[in-house]
Amino acid sequence: MKPGLFARLNSGLSWVLLVLLIAPALVAIPVSLTPKRFLSFPTDELSLQYYRELFGSPEWMSSFWQSTVIGVASTLLATTIGTLCAIGLWRVSSKAGEVVRAILLLPLVIPPIIAAMAFYRLFVPLGLIDSYPGLILAHTVLSAPLVLITVSASLAGFDPRLEQASRNLGASNWTTMHRVILPGIMPGVLAGAVFAFISSWDEIVVTLFLSKFSVYTLPRRMWNGIRENTDPTVAAAAVVLMFVTLVAFSIWALAARRKRTTD
Amino acid sequence: MQATPRHAMNAGWILVLPFLVLVGALFIGPIFNIMWLSVSDPAPGLGNYAELFTSDSLGKILWTTLRVCVICTAISVLLGYSIAYAMVHAADSARNKMLGLLLVSFWISVLVRTFSWLMLLGRSGVVNSGLEALGIISQPIAFMRNELGVLIGMVHYMVPYAVLPILASMQSIDGRVVQASRSLGATGTQTFIRVYLPLTRAGLVAAALLVFIINLGFYVVPAVLGGGKVLMVAEYISVQVLVTLQWGTAAMLAALLLFGVLALLFIMSRFMKLSTVFGGAKA
Repeated sequence: MKPGLFARLNSGLSWVLLVLLIAPALVAIPVSLTPKRFLSFPTDELSLQYYRELFGSPEWMSSFWQSTVIGVASTLLATTIGTLCAIGLWRVSSKAGEVVRAILLLPLVIPPIIAAMAFYRLFVPLGLIDSYPGLILAHTVLSAPLVLITVSASLAGFDPRLEQASRNLGASNWTTMHRVILPGIMPGVLAGAVFAFISSWDEIVVTLFLSKFSVYTLPRRMWNGIRENTDPTVAAAAVVLMFVTLVAFSIWALAARRKRTTD
Repeated sequence: MQATPRHAMNAGWILVLPFLVLVGALFIGPIFNIMWLSVSDPAPGLGNYAELFTSDSLGKILWTTLRVCVICTAISVLLGYSIAYAMVHAADSARNKMLGLLLVSFWISVLVRTFSWLMLLGRSGVVNSGLEALGIISQPIAFMRNELGVLIGMVHYMVPYAVLPILASMQSIDGRVVQASRSLGATGTQTFIRVYLPLTRAGLVAAALLVFIINLGFYVVPAVLGGGKVLMVAEYISVQVLVTLQWGTAAMLAALLLFGVLALLFIMSRFMKLSTVFGGAKA
């Protein structure tokens, strides 16, 4: 059936919309190259001075480092517990399991402002405010549901008879997990890890509540810059933040494509 | 839900336990604590909830939140439907490119995007100077510090969320149904309205509810693009907690928000599973 006029119009409009979904974010790139002393678009010449300023500033550099540490640590934790949990729920596969799954997905949909309040009340008496463990734990809770979803999706396409076969051939629980199940669901684990990292790397609302002076992540420092709305260094930081997200995203996209072509 | 490791059937529960304990101890438990706070701070009773009926500012904030959320949801779902429709009907390679664009935008930091809108929408920003150069307007339009700017930023963030559930439901439609309708003499428009649209109802409802839920608690965009002029629930809660230290009022609003979100999630679960909603994109 030939697409009608309406379908073709709609398709054109959709391409425009999709480009518009990305394009505004790219505005940070020219702004970060401005030679002027305030947030503005460059007119005559481009300058890298704000990147020099960004990479030469101990404050911004420490924020990079802290965001990286928190991102990597929470990703490792979230990927571990999320993967284990997905395998567990897959084995249980019962009504109770589905209820538990729904509960464990709540951190994805409950507004982050409520999570922020809850963590804050809990962490003040425990002395976890403004600390690495506090932020790492909070980000783990918020990102592990993503791992649960991606690994569960991989498991849905995994033949349970492979597990039985491995057992029947005498493999232990651990060997079966390590040599049979995990390799089978690796794409889901990798996707979960990438998304967990991005979500921690970007996280701002909970971080606003939990960080004060000593732990100050990249989004947290950007938030101040955006509120002050003067220093173009923020634009350079935005570009770097986005760049890291895109690199992580590409890792996933490349892995997903490789899987598609080998399937 | 007890873990009983002795039965082979339930051995899976041991693997679920670490995550379950973490979410229970760090997330669900403390949220109950906030709920408790809403009826106990500063004095036991329903005093915080009574404020809803006596305080003009609270009423105004809730009204602003609902209004902005409804408008944003309507626009996002409309645009999302159009994109999903184009994606389902595109050739494979084009569809993959479209999905790529959608997912990249899905994952670009909300902070970066809000910052960019700040650059674009200012009085001397790109949008205003562009419109002026084209002679469309003679004076800059005020996009920021008002609902227009907040809506632009929110819709821009929400469109991918709207596309995903609709896409999932469109992908499950059997193309032969549409052909059957056409061959029985229905026009393209009739087929769309009488056959196609009803078949995507579950996706539409799920998309609308998902977008609405995320909008209700949205913090970053209203706080930055609203510039203090468009006060919505999430920003008000943060001010109560971090500035005026009125935990009771903040907890009461958080409780309202939570019950609203949970009720909508429950309705949504009747139309589409949460993992289906995200599964299409993230897996």
